[in-house]
Amino acid sequence: MDALIAPLLNGSAAGALLLLAALGLTLTFGQMGVINMAHGDFIMAGAFIAYLTQLVITSSNISIPVALPLAFLGAGLLGLLLEVGIIQWMYKRPLDTLLVTVGVSLILQQIALQIFPAQGVPVEKPSWLDGQLDVLGYEWPLRQVFTIVLAILCVTALAAWLRYTSFGRRIRATVQNRDLAETSGVNTRTVDRITFFVGSGLAGVAGVAASLIGGTNSQMGTRYIIPAFLVVVAGGIGQIKGTVIAAWGVGVSLAFFADWTTGSMAQVLTFVLVVVFLQFRPQGLFTVRTRGLT
Amino acid sequence: MLEIIDVHAGYGRTSVLYGVSIPGSAKVVAVLGHNGAGKSTLLRATIGLVRPTHGTVLFDGEDVTQLAPHRRVQRGMAYVAQGQQSFGQLTTMENLQLVADGRSNGRAKIAEMLERFPALAQFATRKAGLLSGGQRQQLAIARALITEPKLLILDEPTEGIQPTIVAEIEATIMDLAEGGLSVLLVEQHIGFALEAAEKYVVLASGRVTQTGFGGRASLGAVRDAMVI
Repeated sequence: MDALIAPLLNGSAAGALLLLAALGLTLTFGQMGVINMAHGDFIMAGAFIAYLTQLVITSSNISIPVALPLAFLGAGLLGLLLEVGIIQWMYKRPLDTLLVTVGVSLILQQIALQIFPAQGVPVEKPSWLDGQLDVLGYEWPLRQVFTIVLAILCVTALAAWLRYTSFGRRIRATVQNRDLAETSGVNTRTVDRITFFVGSGLAGVAGVAASLIGGTNSQMGTRYIIPAFLVVVAGGIGQIKGTVIAAWGVGVSLAFFADWTTGSMAQVLTFVLVVVFLQFRPQGLFTVRTRGLT
Repeated sequence: MLEIIDVHAGYGRTSVLYGVSIPGSAKVVAVLGHNGAGKSTLLRATIGLVRPTHGTVLFDGEDVTQLAPHRRVQRGMAYVAQGQQSFGQLTTMENLQLVADGRSNGRAKIAEMLERFPALAQFATRKAGLLSGGQRQQLAIARALITEPKLLILDEPTEGIQPTIVAEIEATIMDLAEGGLSVLLVEQHIGFALEAAEKYVVLASGRVTQTGFGGRASLGAVRDAMVI
């Protein structure tokens, strides 16, 4: 039983972290169509914000809850800066956006390398995450449970924001038909900026969670960016429920394959699975159904 | 209300309009012409979806040529695009709420529209993409009217819609025009357009080839003017 429970729970936590990393992309890539390769570096920024917060507030019991909104704001502002400074001139030019954001990603990594040690910095986890939860005899680390709870909170908040608020309606309308949204009185430029801010801010939150699980260094974003894009595509572009299922699937598959083979082989096998899945279902898990064109 | 002066516009390097002018003296103006004459481009330039390379769009005496479409909507222009466009993934009610948001009388305006178009009330929770073409067109007109426009711009509102609903839509347009709303109308159904319009403008290959008063127009003369 342990052979199943352990990878299932560990994989669910890995999937939750992947989901946090991919959630922002469902907005910036899924909803706005921007291939932002610097998204992984916003995750890094969030992790470093967790570290910096800990320098000011030494008790990690308090600093981590404080770091979450700070990381959201910090990464969100970086995203906003990127949108206003570069991306706004490149909508509908995906290849240019990809190349430019790779450049931005390298710049952000170099800046981090100039400020922080190359080997990374320690982010101390709060003492309330020290314990384990007994699940059918398996001692499940609380920091993994925390990642899952954080992912659930972020998904719920994002889904509710998109579904029930007037701003969410404006985002969904702009995504579906920008011209029609403009002529319905929606300022689509403001929508672009706020969407990018929130999408990037979610990467910051992912960074805080990542800092509690893995190392915090200038390269950490590169670990998440490709799996996060795969998750968004496999879930069905712009579909939150698809992203949730795909992230969980990828996380659990990584954990099971890692149990049977090695960590790097698990990544290869999982990505092969996703690619095969996309061969048969290129539109991803969920798609949009309409009778009209828009 | 609306005055268009010597507008040149197009898409990229392709010019579509060559110095089109519409004087601002009539409440209801119909723009007529064959496919490709530049009618829709003229309406898109009027609402701001296409930026003129030359010329001026005046609305209520203000030069709005450089304003974004949403700013023109705030000033009282409303646009119903060709092809029964709605936000297909939003419900009927969400489509209406989108334009009602932020308006003090938003709820009352939605209620008014649901009364004017009962089909929309019936399918309020259905995704707009699943409505019929006629219902989607009613939704598009309702969305435009919630903004309480001074000018309603309609691009082929009856195109591709079943005859019973065409009659309803035409009646609505006539009712709105009689109620004092200014209307700029592109319509393939020439008979209805001339009946509704005080003035008409015929476009052919991006140029005005004839103007006149709607009620007095001869169908034959209008059809002749559509061809250069």
